[in-house]
Amino acid sequence: MSFRYEFRLSGSGGQGLILAGKILAEAAAIYDGKNATQSQSYGPEARGGSSRSEVIVSDEEIDYPKALNIDLLLCFTQEACDKYCTDVKDNGILLVDRSYVTRTPQGKYRMYSLPITETAEAKVGKALVANIVALGIITQLTGIITRGAVEAAILSRVPKGTEELNLQAFNAGIELAQQAQT
Amino acid sequence: MTGNEACAEAALFAGMRFFAGYPITPSTEIAEFLARRLPHVGGTFVQMEDEIASMAAIIGASLAGVKSMTATSGPGFSLMQENIGYATMTEIPCVVVNVQRGGPSTGLPTLPSQADVMQARWGTHGDHPVIAVAPSTVRETYDWTIKAFNLSERFRTPVILLLDEIVGHISEKIVYPLRREIELIERERTSRDPESYLPYENTDSDIPPFAEFGAGYRYHVTGLNHDETGFPTNDPKKVDTLNRRINRKIERYRSEIIAYSESSLEDAEICVVAYGSSARSAHRAVLDARKSGCKVGIFQPFVLWPFPYERLSQIAQRIENFVVPEMNLGQIAHEVSCATKRDIARVNRIDGGLITPDEILEEIKNVSIR
Repeated sequence: MSFRYEFRLSGSGGQGLILAGKILAEAAAIYDGKNATQSQSYGPEARGGSSRSEVIVSDEEIDYPKALNIDLLLCFTQEACDKYCTDVKDNGILLVDRSYVTRTPQGKYRMYSLPITETAEAKVGKALVANIVALGIITQLTGIITRGAVEAAILSRVPKGTEELNLQAFNAGIELAQQAQT
Repeated sequence: MTGNEACAEAALFAGMRFFAGYPITPSTEIAEFLARRLPHVGGTFVQMEDEIASMAAIIGASLAGVKSMTATSGPGFSLMQENIGYATMTEIPCVVVNVQRGGPSTGLPTLPSQADVMQARWGTHGDHPVIAVAPSTVRETYDWTIKAFNLSERFRTPVILLLDEIVGHISEKIVYPLRREIELIERERTSRDPESYLPYENTDSDIPPFAEFGAGYRYHVTGLNHDETGFPTNDPKKVDTLNRRINRKIERYRSEIIAYSESSLEDAEICVVAYGSSARSAHRAVLDARKSGCKVGIFQPFVLWPFPYERLSQIAQRIENFVVPEMNLGQIAHEVSCATKRDIARVNRIDGGLITPDEILEEIKNVSIR
């Protein structure tokens, strides 16, 4: 049986969700040797509008590139969570940043409300890397993409001079997820 | 990489060394990529004041012998129409990329559409030929950008590369074709000396050999109807000769230009005709329909203009039902109907959303019950 795993990273423009999606897709496709697509949907504004980045990982060719039945939904705004939580499939994962999402919906998914932005600030000193912290959490929670692949993809994407900072954020995310799992 | 990056990368490989454009979502990454890369390969990037000027600039550069390209989206494509006609009339090769977004007008900058298919065909005035191609994946975008340059060079005509927001912005893995296996075509240069050169000579091939400006050949280039020397004329015979030749030079080579893929059609009772990003959804819908025992196949044209009327007409001798999903109100469905003389089941979305496999599957099921 072929497998298809669907991620949707949602929030608002400027939170780095499209970049996070690209990193996930590159980790899966280039470093893990699977097939992956990343596509996006965002408003016409440069910042502040709603933003959503979707990654499909599969062992076969990916035709339709949008998420239909979400395995993992990440929400960085309350609005995104309210709008998309019903798209998560049964037993899928709903991951929210508790700094932004205070009302968490009930459903047949595994719910993780974690201090993503708080961790970025506390462990790395920059709220900016919350997207990379989220990547660490996603890597740990899903097990779909290997840790080494995501690290390699991060290093190839982030600006020079910020590699250490971003790896720190990624590791902080892994630890946060490990604590949440126990 | 994304479709836009693949387009820019392939253009460089095809030998494109002049890009002029004006940024517009969702095509901007093409310009951004080339602004960075062209200077490193001895090329020129110019950000122009608008799309009218961008089109004019690439025509000028190509007339000087350099393969040239511009990239835009719907609103910019509208502005380019007059000069696309000029390039057609003066037979100057160039590639125009239109990463389609929702319209009309400024419409939906960040969302996909396929509503410029007819604009690509008839956007500029007058009886004119056109070549337009529509890939559906990042790899197809790479291949068809190179082929767009080849077609443009071979036939001395502008070629429209119709992407859409999905194809332009999607990131997927691509395995490059082997470089030595890629054919690159250059426009045929004249073997005449400057004194005996006729820039618009009526040759057997209908494609006049080219002489680049700046190489000692002095000749007249005009959008007015002209004779073989390039100077304007109202002589009905000469006007007719030129107008018919520029149309015939594409028409007579249609079988060389037209390209499509067919799958699962051998035993099919229903044929889905899909192109661009809608073809991605259609492939999934056909797979799903086959799983439930429905005999359906898919015909995907890569070249939209000239349209593959002959092939679809052949298919219609055997298959009665056609389903055409597209992100417009039926622009290609109409052509499929002309080719097949059948009623076409249409799946149309004009809300900025990509047609889903389920929407196509539902129509396939409706048709199979009929």
